[in-house]
Amino acid sequence: MKLLRSGLVMLLLVASWSSGAQDLYMVRSQMAFPETMIALQKAIREQGYVLSRVQRVDIGLKKSGFKTDRYRVVFFGKPEQIEQYSKRYRDLVPYLPLKIAIFAEGDETLVLASSFQHLRPYFTQPELERQFDAWETDIQRILEQVRLSE
Amino acid sequence: MNTRLIRLFAVFTLLAMGGARAAAPDGESLYQQHCAACHGSDGSGGVGIPLNLPDFLAVASDDYLRNTLRNGRLGRVMPAFPMLSEAQVDAIIHTIRGWSDQPAPRYNDKPVQGDAGHGRQLFTQHCVACHGEHGQGGAGTGVTFSRPREAPIMAPALNNPGFQRSVSDAMLKATLLRGRRGTPMPSIKALGLSERDADDLVAWLRQLPPDERPARTNEEPIIRMESPYSFEETLDNLKKAITARNFRVIREQTLNNGFVDPGKEDRRQYIVYFCSFSFLNEALSIDPRVGLFLPCRVTLQETENGIELVTINPENLSHLFNNSELDKACARMHRLYVEILEEATL
Ligand code: HEC
Ligand code: HEC
Repeated sequence: MKLLRSGLVMLLLVASWSSGAQDLYMVRSQMAFPETMIALQKAIREQGYVLSRVQRVDIGLKKSGFKTDRYRVVFFGKPEQIEQYSKRYRDLVPYLPLKIAIFAEGDETLVLASSFQHLRPYFTQPELERQFDAWETDIQRILEQVRLSE
Repeated sequence: MNTRLIRLFAVFTLLAMGGARAAAPDGESLYQQHCAACHGSDGSGGVGIPLNLPDFLAVASDDYLRNTLRNGRLGRVMPAFPMLSEAQVDAIIHTIRGWSDQPAPRYNDKPVQGDAGHGRQLFTQHCVACHGEHGQGGAGTGVTFSRPREAPIMAPALNNPGFQRSVSDAMLKATLLRGRRGTPMPSIKALGLSERDADDLVAWLRQLPPDERPARTNEEPIIRMESPYSFEETLDNLKKAITARNFRVIREQTLNNGFVDPGKEDRRQYIVYFCSFSFLNEALSIDPRVGLFLPCRVTLQETENGIELVTINPENLSHLFNNSELDKACARMHRLYVEILEEATL
């Protein structure tokens, strides 16, 4: 049974990799970090999400010789979805809330998020599959809006 | 505002149609959409290496660009783009060509004949320092400005099957003879080597065995351990296990913090964030994108079955990044998480 399950998971994984589905979404904003951060927060809200927190990832980076210490992860979600999915799918909890990373590269800024491709083989409940689709669409929209902001 | 909306709409329509039947695809916007995040808005590099250098464009044939884009480079960050149509690929190539006024070079398919044994000696003497003993390439990614690095540009992997399948013998030879000004890559003439030596090097490069990549396995997306202790005891154990490994707890919060009124937060789903300088440093210099999954995090939750600790499984995530070096770091991170969880629940 276990073997059958791993076989199935492998199959699904291979299928999702070979379909050319994107695993990571990354866009470049030609704006500097602070402006991009504003655009990102705006885009997140405009897609109907609540921004719960901006977490620094860059403690001490400059001191260790990095040219930038502008690295943040922005957490967001819809309160009712966070509530519902974190209680119903305990295994999904480490992936909640949703998040987008943002970091400076010279005068420009990179913004990236992960798709749910790597989770799909393990979460096959139709309800979740639809939710993953919706989240992926929204995240891509948010990134696209940030990329085109000026 | 209106034009921006229209542009946004246009991009989505293109996305929705897979672009396949779109007439005369716009190379510039396709480049910005698919390549610029890594290679820079103007091709000057980033997570990817530069594409706009005159010495690169002078030796890179359209076939090479096309093949590289289609094949990608497994394990070396550069993705494959099977979903782009022929017309879209042509349009992107056209845009890249536009950065140089030199015509695209053309090569014949004739194999270069050389003495691989001698090539190997030359390789050890002149190339290994940057490209690695097996031609596996330099560490880190592209040229990103965001972090320190020994070399200003990462040396590509020469043994990568995606590269080997994309490049012709003649283009390899031309690359060696010319070098790339503006990067650490020297012309072999500047190293005192002859055209004959170039042939020998090409013969050796063609024999480099590809890196052994561990087969992708089906790693579960999370690591979970049940705790026999109470919630507070487990939390306490967890923090001790974290500090025992020289990590610092940088934040604690409920999962629904920021989503509900402070009084309504649910302490039975509780997140502990932790990190360390050196860990962060190492992770970001392997791949700056990995910060998406940092700082480290363990969630403590009370379920019908009792108290449990859950984390992401870094080994499941590593596949997102197409970076073999990162895979190794993720395997180490996996062990770290397991150790911490075990210690907290033992
Ligand atoms: C996720 C980051 C990323 C994206 C997106 C990306 N690349 Fe790359 N690309 C890289 C990296 C990293 C390398 C160097 C790989 C190595 O070490 O061999 C590379 C190498 C290349 C090379 C070989 C350059 C040389 O000097 O021989 C070409 C050509 C290229 N990319 C074209 C493209 C095009 C065109 C696109 C968009 C369709 C694209 N790349 C998208 C990261 C990326
Ligand atoms: C000082 C470091 C350094 C040395 C020494 C060096 N290279 Fe490179 N090499 C690089 C870098 C960096 C690049 C990428 C340049 C770029 O961004 O276009 C490169 C690019 C290349 C490429 C093109 C790869 C690609 O993906 O486009 C080939 C082939 C190559 N080197 C072969 C050699 C050989 C053979 C030698 C020894 C004779 C050598 N290199 C010596 C740093 C070096």
